[in-house]
Parts: sequence; C-alpha cells; structure tokens
Amino acid sequence: MFDIVGKRRWFFIATGIVILVCVISLAVFRLKAGVEFSSGSVMTVAFEQEVVQADLEATLADLGYANVIIQRVGDEDFLIRLPELDSKAKKELETGLTGRLGNLDVKEFDAVSPLVATETTRNAGIAVAVAAVGILLYIAWAFRRMPNPFRYGACALVALAHDALVALGVFSILGGILDWEINLMFVTGVLAVIGYSVNNTVVVFDRVRENLVKDAKSGFETVVNNSLVETLSRSLNTSLTTLFVVIALFLFVGATIQNFAVVLLIGVIAGTYSSLCIAPQLLVVWRKGRWGRGVR
Amino acid sequence: MIRRNTQVFIAVLIVFILALLVVFPVGEGVLGKRGVRLGLDLQGGLHVVYQADLSAVASGDEAGAMDGVVAVLENRINPLGVTEPVIQKQGTDRILVELPGLDITDKEKESLSRVALLEFGELVAEGEEPKWENKAGQWKPATAVIDGEEKELTSRYFKQNTYVDRSNLGQILLIFEWDEEGSQLSEEITGRLIDKPLGIFEGDEALQGEDGRPIAPVVRAIITERGQIEGLTYEEASRLSKQLNAGRLPVPLEILYDQTISPILGSDFVGMSVQAGLIGILVVMLFMIFYYRLSGFLASLALIFYGVLVMALFKLIPVTLTLAGMGGFILSIGMAVDANVLIFERMKEELRAGRTLGAAIEAGFDRAWSAIRDSNVTTLIVCVILYWLGSTIVASAPVQGFALTLGIGVLVSMFTAIIVTRTLLRLFVRTGLTSRTGLFSPHLGRK
Repeated sequence: MFDIVGKRRWFFIATGIVILVCVISLAVFRLKAGVEFSSGSVMTVAFEQEVVQADLEATLADLGYANVIIQRVGDEDFLIRLPELDSKAKKELETGLTGRLGNLDVKEFDAVSPLVATETTRNAGIAVAVAAVGILLYIAWAFRRMPNPFRYGACALVALAHDALVALGVFSILGGILDWEINLMFVTGVLAVIGYSVNNTVVVFDRVRENLVKDAKSGFETVVNNSLVETLSRSLNTSLTTLFVVIALFLFVGATIQNFAVVLLIGVIAGTYSSLCIAPQLLVVWRKGRWGRGVR
Repeated sequence: MIRRNTQVFIAVLIVFILALLVVFPVGEGVLGKRGVRLGLDLQGGLHVVYQADLSAVASGDEAGAMDGVVAVLENRINPLGVTEPVIQKQGTDRILVELPGLDITDKEKESLSRVALLEFGELVAEGEEPKWENKAGQWKPATAVIDGEEKELTSRYFKQNTYVDRSNLGQILLIFEWDEEGSQLSEEITGRLIDKPLGIFEGDEALQGEDGRPIAPVVRAIITERGQIEGLTYEEASRLSKQLNAGRLPVPLEILYDQTISPILGSDFVGMSVQAGLIGILVVMLFMIFYYRLSGFLASLALIFYGVLVMALFKLIPVTLTLAGMGGFILSIGMAVDANVLIFERMKEELRAGRTLGAAIEAGFDRAWSAIRDSNVTTLIVCVILYWLGSTIVASAPVQGFALTLGIGVLVSMFTAIIVTRTLLRLFVRTGLTSRTGLFSPHLGRK
C-alpha cells in the first residue's frame, strides 16, 4: 500500500516552491491583458516570402509601431498586437508592410473598441465571481453530510486556489517569455478546469466519508490514505484520458487555440495534483495538527 | 429483466442508426437536410458590431430608427450573396452583423456602414465658420429658404432612381433626379451660385474624383429637375448609386468590434480539429481497452456512439461550430469516459469482494451513479455561467461555442456511459464469458 498521506511534508514543500515561483513571476512579469480586455487590434498575417521576426519588428517600428507585440503562430503566420486601427491606418500599415517585406495575406483582423473592452472585463469578472459562488454552493452541498463540512469545504477551496494560482503563474511566465496574453479563452479554460478538478477532490472526500463509517478502528490518517489509494486509479485514469485529448488538441490544432490548450493542460495537471496531494493531506493536518510524520 | 435489456439494446441501436443517418454524409445528412454549420473562425467572414449614434434622434423614435438601420443594412448586404447573413439588433443601440464565408475587402466593409447621405456645400463668406475644409476651399452647407424654413440641400431629396452613365467623352456620370422639394431648393441655390463652385460631401469628406481631387463643379446653369455628378470612378459611382437607391442610414454607425477572418485560414482548422478529435478518441479507446479489457472495449463502443450522437445533435439543434467549440467537444471526449471509469473501478472492487459478474455490474452502476451525477454538476454549472457570459459580451463567439459543446457533451456522456455501456455489459452476462473475470481486469485474471 502506498503511503501518500505520510509523505505530506514533501508535497507541501514542493507545492510551496511552485506557489512561490508563481507568486514571484506574477509580481515580476505580471499578466498581459489580451485585446478583449484592453482594446486595440490584432492582425494575423502570412507573408509570401520567408520573413524573420526581427525584420518584421524593425519594419513595424519604422512605420510608427514601435514595441508592438509580435508572436509567431503555426509555421508561417505572425500575430501582431497593435493599438486600435481604423480602416485607413490599417490600409497604410498593410501597404507599408507589403512594400518592405513582400506580399502578405491578412488572415484575421480583430479590432476591439475601449467600450467593448471595458464591458468584457466587467462581465468576465462577474462570470468568475458567479462561478466561484456556484462552486462554493456546490461544495457546501456536496459536503453537507460530512462530520466537519466546513473543514472539507475549506480544503477543497485551497486546492482550487492552488489550481488557479498555478495557471495564472505559468501564464505570467509565458507572458514574460513569449508575450502570451490573458484573453477571454484563458478565463474560460481556467473556469472549465476548476469546475472539473473540484470533482476529483469531491470523489476522494466522498470515499473518506464512506470509510470513516466503515472503518472506525483505524486512525484518521490511515483512513484518508486508504481512501486516497482506493480512488487513485480512478483519479489518474480520468485525468489521463482528459490529458490525452488536451494534448491532441495542442499538437494537432495548435495555432490560435494553442494558448487555450495550454491552459487546459496546466489546469488538468494542477487539478489532479492538488486533489491527490494537497486537499486530503490538509484535511489530516487540520485534524492532527501535524505537517508531517513526527513534525509538529 | 433480460428481455427488457434486449429491448433497451434495440432502442439504443435504433438511436445510433438514426444518429448515423443524420451525421453522414457530412455535407447533408440522409436525415435532416443540413450540413454542419461552421462558425466564422472556421469558414472565414465578417463579424461586426456597430454602435448607432442616436443623439440626433427624438426620444421615443429610437426603436424606429434602429429598425430603419437594419432594413438599410439588409438592402446593402443582400446583393453580396452571403448564404446565412445575420443582421440583428443588440440592446437598444447596437447592431450585430455576421457574414459567414464572405471574403470582403476593407473598402466593401467600410461602405457597409456608410450613411450614404450626400450634402451639397458652398464656399464660406468671410468670417463664417466652415463645416468642411479641403484643397478647394472652406465650405458650409448650401441652404435655401422654402416656406419660411431654411433647409440644407442633400441627397435626401433625390428620387431613388439614380444611375451611372458615361458622357460622350467617356466620363463617368452619376445621374440623379430631384423630388419636388429638392427641385425648389436646387433652383434657388444653383440660381444663387451661378459661376461659383458647388461642393459635394459624404460625411466629413468631400467626394473625390478619379484624379484624387475633391469634386466641386462650377454651376453653369440653374438646375431644377435632373443633375449629374462628374468625375467619380466607376466603382465609386456605382456604389453611391446603389446606396442612394437602397436608402441612406437614418443614423451614423460606429464600429465597436470588428473581426474579419480570411476564408483560407478557416479551412485548415476544420481538418486539424477533426484529426485531433479522431486521434483523441482513438488514444482514449486504446487506453480504456488496455486498462479495462472487455469493459474498456464496450466503453469504447459507447464512446463511438457518444461521438456520433453529439455530432447528430450539433447538426439538429443546430450548433454553429467554432474552433473553441471543437475544443469543447474534444475535451468532452476525455471527460466522457469518466463515468465509465468510475463504474468500472467500482465493478473491480465488487469482483474482488467475490461477487459474480452480474452482481458486480449492477452494484457498480448503482453505487457509481451518485458520484457520476455529482462530478458532472460543477462542469455543467461552469458551462451555464460561461454561456451566459458569452451572451452578454460582444467578442463572445468562442466562449459561447465552448460552453455549448462542452455542456452538450457532458449531458450526452452521462446517457451513453451509463445506458449504453450497461446494456452492452448485460448482454455479455448471459454468454459464457461471464466466468472469465480476467477479461474484465487483468489483475483479477492472474490470481
């Protein structure tokens, strides 16, 4: 039998390091707001000839667009993040780019006005808040018959916060290195993954509740560990099948949905980890007041 | 109970065949003569949200003005030949236009939302405030007093029969005719402006000739009935003529959100998403068979059924598939087997506890149900919230598509994973395979 709960000290240390890295990264790089939240334009262009990113950057600077974010998408496309362009400015930019770098094809053009950006930010905020309340209500309901419902709920919440923080942290790192932005699909992905991963925690806790009744002799720590091991193959298998499809999405579709696939990937991994290695262990710590075996 | 199971099996089979007939052939199913509807990101096209400037409209008339805008936009969009255009009022002062599959130039896009009101102007006198300024001078609206009221001369007084013609010298002419009030105005104004220029403006800009210079013809004679505008390019003249005849927009429009996608971009994605979906399903199936053997195989059959049923629903509802929607569907494939995993793990435990296969199956399904229900609740909560979010914001297509397909996927998977898998498993209980529990779990077989 694996002893997962007994090794909780190591899990807490590892988690602590990851969280610290995420917090530092968030403080240093911060998050880059996508066009839906901050207004402006995004243009996806493909050049007929091979174009190097540095040349594109220099050309854009010459045309009066210095320090714009350029991201390579797929094999040959460039995503250029620009201030809001009206049709005249857009035409001038296209003509300018064609003149220097050869023929191009504007595959996608998005322009978001400040008014829409404000609305989107506000409504996304409301959606996140409503989702949080919904999940809280669900947790309260799911744990209503537990001996200490508040404790179970709080541990599940810590696991959720962990998942969200890791997703944000990784994206701030990606934002710092690759200029990835937080867009509406990021919010969507995080919410979907959180909704999904809270279930993993609930399944484990559900088994703890069942075993506490069945196996009154063993200590709390043993019961939690047994429950964890019993549900382990279910938790891992479900996460694995979900990971398979997310990886397929990332590898075979990529392009504009690439960032979204990465959110899901991080979320599924973080969610599985937190429901197996954080939430149940916290429950034991709370009950026994010990962070690890023999450590007070 | 066994007879009942056979009936359920036949029902499942019939649903499967019906679903197949809806899905294939892909373009236009045997049942439900409709292809899969693809979103803008998959087939290219235009998605614009306009904000109408209602400041000049009397209160109470806003709704009427907006209906007018929709009607004019319809008139302008119909000739473009888009199969399923969407022109919709959003809220009180916004209009959503979606033109899927259209490869539109910037110029065409711009002309869609032009007011199409021509205003005529005269040069300002010393000290007067100009409304327009260009190379040809400073201009103010040309006005005349009719029945004691000062009125501006605009294309409001054109009859809706303008057309483009060529002069003997090959010059492009835009021919128009004044209505009754217009001809009175024109008579007064042109009479006053003989040998002086008359500027023609659309919005803030003067009409430009082929040579790029503002059009401002010098009045040679009094114009009462018919007039002509010379010097436009053929393209510009025919656009103006069409728009003048189709009616001008009652209020100016401003673009709030604009998404234009080239049709070339989208076509790759359909193939890529289908490939990702198929590979995803295949890997999940292999994993399930490897891990759960015969039950895994049956779960894989249920998964195929799941895929076909969801696609059929997408066509029937119909769901407009976007890239994010495909993502939601592909994600739901991975989640769909969760119910089966929960059941099979329970079954294994029951088998280990020494039950017969039949009893283990029933116990597995009974006990796993509450966990399955609970574990789908949060995903559904999130889907509902995301769908709502998608309906309240402008740049929403991806969010809504994802929420819808994931939500449908989760609901359907509860049906297929439970009903379909259980029916198939029960069919096997009666066969000689029952005693060979190794088929259901490799670990048990080795004992």
